[in-house]
Amino acid sequence: MKTTTKTLGSALALAATVALTSGASAADEAKFRLGLVTFLSGAAAGPFGVPAANGAKVLIEALNDGQVPAPYTAKGINGVEIEPVIIDEAGGTTKQVEEYRNLVERQKVDAVIGYISSGDCLAVSPVVEELKVPTVFFDCGTSRLFEENKTPTYLFRTGPDAVIDNIAAARYLIDTGRKTDSIAGINQNYAWGQDSWADFKATMLALKPGTKVVAEQFPKIFQGQYGAEISAISVARPDVVHSSFWGGDMEALVLQGTARGLFDGRTGILTTGESGLDRFKAQAPNGLILGARGPFGALQPDTALSKWFTALYNAKTGLQPTYPTSKMAQAILGLKAAAEKAGAKPGSLPSKEALVGAFPGLTFESVAGTVAMSRAGGHQALQDITYGEYQYDKKADKASLAKLKTYAGDCVMPPDGISSADWIKAGFPGAKCN
Amino acid sequence: MSAKTTIDKTQVALLIATAAFAAAGVIAPYWLCFLTMLALAKALVVQGVVIQMRLGLVSFGQGLFFGIGGYAVGIASNFWGISDAFVLLALALAAAVAVAAVLGLLMARYRDIFFAMLSLALSMILFGVLVKSQGLGSTDGFNVPAQSYLGWVPAPGQQKLVAYVLTIAVVGTVALLLCRYLGSGAGQIAEAVRENEIRVEYLGLSPRWLIYASYVMAAGVAALGGALTAFATGHVDPEMAYWATSGEFVFIALLGGTAHVAAPFLASILFSVVRTYAFEYTPHTWQLILGLVLLAIIVFLPKGLWSLVQREGKVRA
Amino acid sequence: MTTAIAIGMDGLIYASWLFLVAAGLTVIYGVMRILNMAHGSFYAIGASAGAALVTWYFANVDGNAYWSFLLLPAAAVVAGVILGLAVEQGLLRFLYRQNEILMVIVTYALLLILEDLTKLVFGVDPYFAYQPYGLLGRCEIAGLIFSNYDLMLVAVSATIASGAWFILNRTVTGKLLRAVVHDREIAMAMGVNVSAMFAATFVVGATLGALAGALTAPAISVSPGIGVEVIILAFAVVVVGGLGSIEGAIVGSLMVGLSRAAAVHLAPEIELFVIYGVMALVLAVRPQGLFGRAAARKI
Repeated sequence: MKTTTKTLGSALALAATVALTSGASAADEAKFRLGLVTFLSGAAAGPFGVPAANGAKVLIEALNDGQVPAPYTAKGINGVEIEPVIIDEAGGTTKQVEEYRNLVERQKVDAVIGYISSGDCLAVSPVVEELKVPTVFFDCGTSRLFEENKTPTYLFRTGPDAVIDNIAAARYLIDTGRKTDSIAGINQNYAWGQDSWADFKATMLALKPGTKVVAEQFPKIFQGQYGAEISAISVARPDVVHSSFWGGDMEALVLQGTARGLFDGRTGILTTGESGLDRFKAQAPNGLILGARGPFGALQPDTALSKWFTALYNAKTGLQPTYPTSKMAQAILGLKAAAEKAGAKPGSLPSKEALVGAFPGLTFESVAGTVAMSRAGGHQALQDITYGEYQYDKKADKASLAKLKTYAGDCVMPPDGISSADWIKAGFPGAKCN
Repeated sequence: MSAKTTIDKTQVALLIATAAFAAAGVIAPYWLCFLTMLALAKALVVQGVVIQMRLGLVSFGQGLFFGIGGYAVGIASNFWGISDAFVLLALALAAAVAVAAVLGLLMARYRDIFFAMLSLALSMILFGVLVKSQGLGSTDGFNVPAQSYLGWVPAPGQQKLVAYVLTIAVVGTVALLLCRYLGSGAGQIAEAVRENEIRVEYLGLSPRWLIYASYVMAAGVAALGGALTAFATGHVDPEMAYWATSGEFVFIALLGGTAHVAAPFLASILFSVVRTYAFEYTPHTWQLILGLVLLAIIVFLPKGLWSLVQREGKVRA
Repeated sequence: MTTAIAIGMDGLIYASWLFLVAAGLTVIYGVMRILNMAHGSFYAIGASAGAALVTWYFANVDGNAYWSFLLLPAAAVVAGVILGLAVEQGLLRFLYRQNEILMVIVTYALLLILEDLTKLVFGVDPYFAYQPYGLLGRCEIAGLIFSNYDLMLVAVSATIASGAWFILNRTVTGKLLRAVVHDREIAMAMGVNVSAMFAATFVVGATLGALAGALTAPAISVSPGIGVEVIILAFAVVVVGGLGSIEGAIVGSLMVGLSRAAAVHLAPEIELFVIYGVMALVLAVRPQGLFGRAAARKI
């Protein structure tokens, strides 16, 4: 017994030593090590994390093979092969700060793309500046990111923030002539849901003073059962039901809401609804308004690059790209564009400083149209956003989005120097809408 | 061998370990220091779990005080402009002890699984309050600015090392104090309370008072752990008070075992190392790896990792 | 008035779902004294298995849609029995001498493992097995529309509850089971085959968990992570009612379900606290839960 214990003990000690010493393989000169952080487990993995990771995998393979159409014909990044290092975003902010440090200091990545959760983005942002590694947030939507990091250097966000989802949602309702006398919201009880509803409500009140707010429901995130909330909203009889639910919660709400007549005779608007487009079938009512947090997924503009990516992704995975997929691809292309603009000679890596110097103000083509890094001193992307109406053709068993309406970034995103809440309250000064 | 000399030896060993850890901060790569910092801060909370476990009580709500510690630091440094690390630590400690002093009156009446569940319910209520507090960033939490030390603000490059040394110093001090406590009469009676509370009562001691005191003590060390975590990561959010966080503390406590004051530290570092490498090598199945490793440890070492160390040495008097 | 009826209906529907989720947990705890964290995984696996089978059925078999009502429980029973047997025979039976808390942690490790295994087997793409949900249509009560599927779940829950009560209180097996609950060692000495009892109980508990998942699957989108979310809810219900008591689980689910529905309708801002509030209140008044027996203080 004693020997067993001893052996086991030394084995453990040995394992620990080996693990601790062997972790950091020295950065490979010939490769661009790209850290990718996205949810691989938990509730955000299915709808967001894994589609994003798959998008990254497909695009990086194509880039390394040099098969991406213009203007991205250079192999990898600036002729250097990309080596992805993927990490799960699960585990909370403390864990993610620790893992971000591990990526940079142990795994020696050259850049990081990642983060779906706004909490993770906020927590990681100071560490980005401390460790001085180019880092692109591809999905998280909190408007606090650059309101709190006023002078970012290494930090970029290539996706729009969440404010535009809700400003554009309100504008779409009014511009398409929906009845909006009374509104109700059902949003998850956490920062994303609370902020989304606050922005939507404020915009509705600013654009159409006198709008009545008749119900505000905040069920727990991942609750899955919305019976009581659906009843409560039905009792309040609003004209519009707004929800920023995402992933499984959103699909469950649509399913239960449709079955229980929540959307009968009123307009439902789901700011992230596009990710369920191919699954709703007859379970969502025609006329339900869906967004994709930008011109992503099924709402991608019809450009050559977009068509190429959709076809490739479909061929490799058998699925249509949803918005997390497009946003991930956009982040990778943005990083590539910046790295190649940095002026290192082809086949070599630009210095980190040159890369972050070339990124601000950059305009690049993505799978979702043209992106301009023109907010927050050039660190925040400005992009159009599209909303559309759900239409399901029973005979063809095909769902599509109709009555598309695209809002320019300048119409829905505040200029630098004013917080989004103040901008809405002030009546959108400087907004350029077509 | 009398109990006293053993303890003295342990104390010396702890002092040496503290010094060694602090020295290692200069040579080790920073990611390792950071991992150690978080693991040790977490281990402090685990110490609180262990103190109660020795009395036969398992708290599934230690996240309550971990969260209070973290938020005390966050609120004081963000909204009241206090940046001194020692003041912040004292504030975190005071806040947790104050809350525990009140809640302890209720908690001391509970045993077994009911103690576990009530402590869980209380921590989840704090979680709910924090999620509802939009001024505090709801679930996103908020960032905590860098600390100063008795008026001295380290240069940006030094900040990290100083924070590391501070963590080691606090953890070392708490470990020494806990070690003294475990050797004291009150510490030694704990196991008797776990075995048979009523007999202890008949001996003229008050188990309820002891449980109350342990509850408050556990809250204090948990808050220190929360404060140190907030220093290290520079961010606090409601997840600190979430039940899964509390569950992890219990997990680590059982992993280490309750036999020795060093066990939680050992277990916590091992847990972090296993998890970070599972993240690196098997990003898609790290939970599987972590679960298997932990299951193996529980099955083969039901008294915790410390039984490896202890069985090799002499049987304690 | 509409609100009062809505609260009653919503509360009842939610309570019946809570009971489905909590029943397996309380059965296992009652007999085996294991607070099974992996119950959430059983729920998730049942949901995935049910959803996968139904999705497959509608995609590949052109049969009567109503068969899906049999497929859901069938998938759950198969998953529950296999999983329950594997876990009990392969792991737990070696650990019965360990204390209660260690068993919580063992099942927590199991939860981690099963969480990833589910992902490996069923993939991460959500299953949207909605067909059975709409099949029964809807009805209108006091101007509010309800889904008949939800109402059917109320009936299913009631059947399971009365079935469990009947087995425990009116059959020989039930009597033996109660003997084991009361005193494991004496029961063993009297010739009760305790290890077989344990295996059977665990399998039944696991199957109940899987069944809860499978029956919920048509109303939700089944994706990784759904299991973790139900554990704490189930714990709360079971603790409120009294650990190990079927009657307790019924009353616990009704209390939690109705108070949550009331909160949603009358004071949405406190909804988040309701469950823990009820739990803390009940424990403050009755530490052993509503139907739990207070343990005698042994000298």
